[in-house]
Amino acid sequence: MKPDQYGYFGEFGGRFVPEVLVEALQQVEHGFAQAAADESFWGEYRAALRDFVGRPSPLLVAERFADPAGARIVLKREDLNHTGAHKINNTIGQGLLAVRMGKKKIIAETGAGQHGVATATIGARLGLDVTIFMGARDIERQAPNVRIMELLGARVQPVTSGTQTLKDATNEAFRYWTGHVEDTFYVIGSVVGAHPYPYMVREFQRVIGDEARTQMLERFGTLPVDLIACVGGGSNAIGLFTAFLDDASVRIWGIEAGGEGLESGKTAASIEAGSVGILHGSRSYVMQTPQGQILETHSISAGLDYPGIGPEHAYLHATGRVTYRAITDAQALVAYHRLAESEGIIPAVESAHALAAAYEIAKNGTPDQYVLVNLSGRGDKDIAQVASYEAELLARAES
Amino acid sequence: MSRLAEVFARARAQGRCACVPFLVAGDPDQATSLAIVQAMGAAGADLLEIGVPYSDPLADGPSIVAASQRALDHGATMASVLELVAKSPIPAILFTYANPVIQYGIERLAQELAAAGGYGAIIPDLPLEETQEIAKVFARYGLELPLLVAPTTPPERAQRIVAESQGFVYLVARLGVTGAGVHLHTASIATQIATLRSYTNLPIAVGFGISKPEHVAAISEIADGAIIGSAFIDAYCAQSSPVAAAREFIATMVASTQRA
Repeated sequence: MKPDQYGYFGEFGGRFVPEVLVEALQQVEHGFAQAAADESFWGEYRAALRDFVGRPSPLLVAERFADPAGARIVLKREDLNHTGAHKINNTIGQGLLAVRMGKKKIIAETGAGQHGVATATIGARLGLDVTIFMGARDIERQAPNVRIMELLGARVQPVTSGTQTLKDATNEAFRYWTGHVEDTFYVIGSVVGAHPYPYMVREFQRVIGDEARTQMLERFGTLPVDLIACVGGGSNAIGLFTAFLDDASVRIWGIEAGGEGLESGKTAASIEAGSVGILHGSRSYVMQTPQGQILETHSISAGLDYPGIGPEHAYLHATGRVTYRAITDAQALVAYHRLAESEGIIPAVESAHALAAAYEIAKNGTPDQYVLVNLSGRGDKDIAQVASYEAELLARAES
Repeated sequence: MSRLAEVFARARAQGRCACVPFLVAGDPDQATSLAIVQAMGAAGADLLEIGVPYSDPLADGPSIVAASQRALDHGATMASVLELVAKSPIPAILFTYANPVIQYGIERLAQELAAAGGYGAIIPDLPLEETQEIAKVFARYGLELPLLVAPTTPPERAQRIVAESQGFVYLVARLGVTGAGVHLHTASIATQIATLRSYTNLPIAVGFGISKPEHVAAISEIADGAIIGSAFIDAYCAQSSPVAAAREFIATMVASTQRA
């Protein structure tokens, strides 16, 4: 579905931004509408996905990962994309749009650094000036990605306000944009933010599900019974789900980051542990205090460690089309190791949340059924973080 | 006449523009903040903008972001903000992001704000398209909702905004977030005000970047009010006697509101 003229999916979405940004958002909305109606724009986009990213990404049956008595688990290999995750599908789309709109400068927010790297990459490819806003704490935690962005010619701007993580990096990118709307395009990294971003980012990510649906039918002659993706802001999930929303036989699962548990106060599961509120320009589920102050979240996965979720997910939750469930840090780490040891693939710790849920859901199926999981990114980036987290768990258990 | 518009009319009758200080409620703590609010009458300010501290203030620069954090660290809540409104010796209006209003409850806030004697609220992340729900509730309590016009607002849109704005029009003086400025681009502000005046009889107050007496003097010649936020906070937040510093700073600004 398309959001309504004010950017609402049902009662979620909208455009809650300072007036100075309204005109900029309208320009992006009109620019995207024109581009989307122009076949040559999509031709350029598809060529870049093919030659620069390596699409289509394949499907792989995870024979040894799954319980042999249950349904077969099929992985959509977004981890094989250039830069190692689904993020680049979106930055190529927005980068080409920025060029088309005559903007020479692009900015982006990043948490773990994956969207920052994907933006810096496309900025280099298209000859754009790139500034990435990144929380000072994240810069410390993700030093290799900072170096990669700099190698690609981007400036990494440390953000020292608030929690010094993704939420505040996003605030700072918005603030910078209010001062530079005339020559700067803001490349948002997920299906969040003010209209038209949740819709536009979905349109650039839906290639995941469009490909996967065709591949399932060609290869296996059937659709999956279950469709599973992890959800932070929710772009890889919306990207996978969109093509399947009208297939009533397909059960769809969005897997949130449960952190240390929904009741622990250390979680990032916005739908299951949050409430309806406004964050970064749209109305959706938000982790917040009763007074409406946005809370700091926790997840082992930096990519899911965000106190909001895209408004279309809130809508799909409200209609019941998608079921949202949380997977804890500990459960995700089991799946992380299991995929590495059983299939020779180290998954992103974000994607490991989806894999943990897939393992449990597939167990209840039969070998003639398929469970399709988005392997949204590869996990080399997480090796150090996982090791230090496990050392901490061990120390806690021993004390 | 609207209660807010009357505030500007009184200043105009005295041959000056209104002086509108902005502070973050509870910064650095509730007692100091209350004393600063109470000093605004003696300083001669006309209208006080009382900011509701928020964790994620998108329209604000470093001074107000830091002030909000200080206030939240000291336990500020909507109840403590409303206490300041109730004790303000001069007309007061809230400045708040939309989320704290929605979580508190629009009806409940309107009721308590009106009971505290507040005049209304400015909600910077609530553009024209999103104002209806709150405006409807506010109207029942006699509260006003002034809207903002930015340098990027096209004329056709500005016309629709001022038609819906209540009490006055808040003109954002420049691109970017709140913060003390060095230069004020008076000529472009004057052009924008002239355009707005052709659409509305509402008073026009100018904010963002107004930080010096000469800025206020320039604004007094072209607009009905000067809103002073970050520079005001900067003037008292690091002082050993913040209340005296705040009173002195605003008194100086008020002296510059007199038209030549």
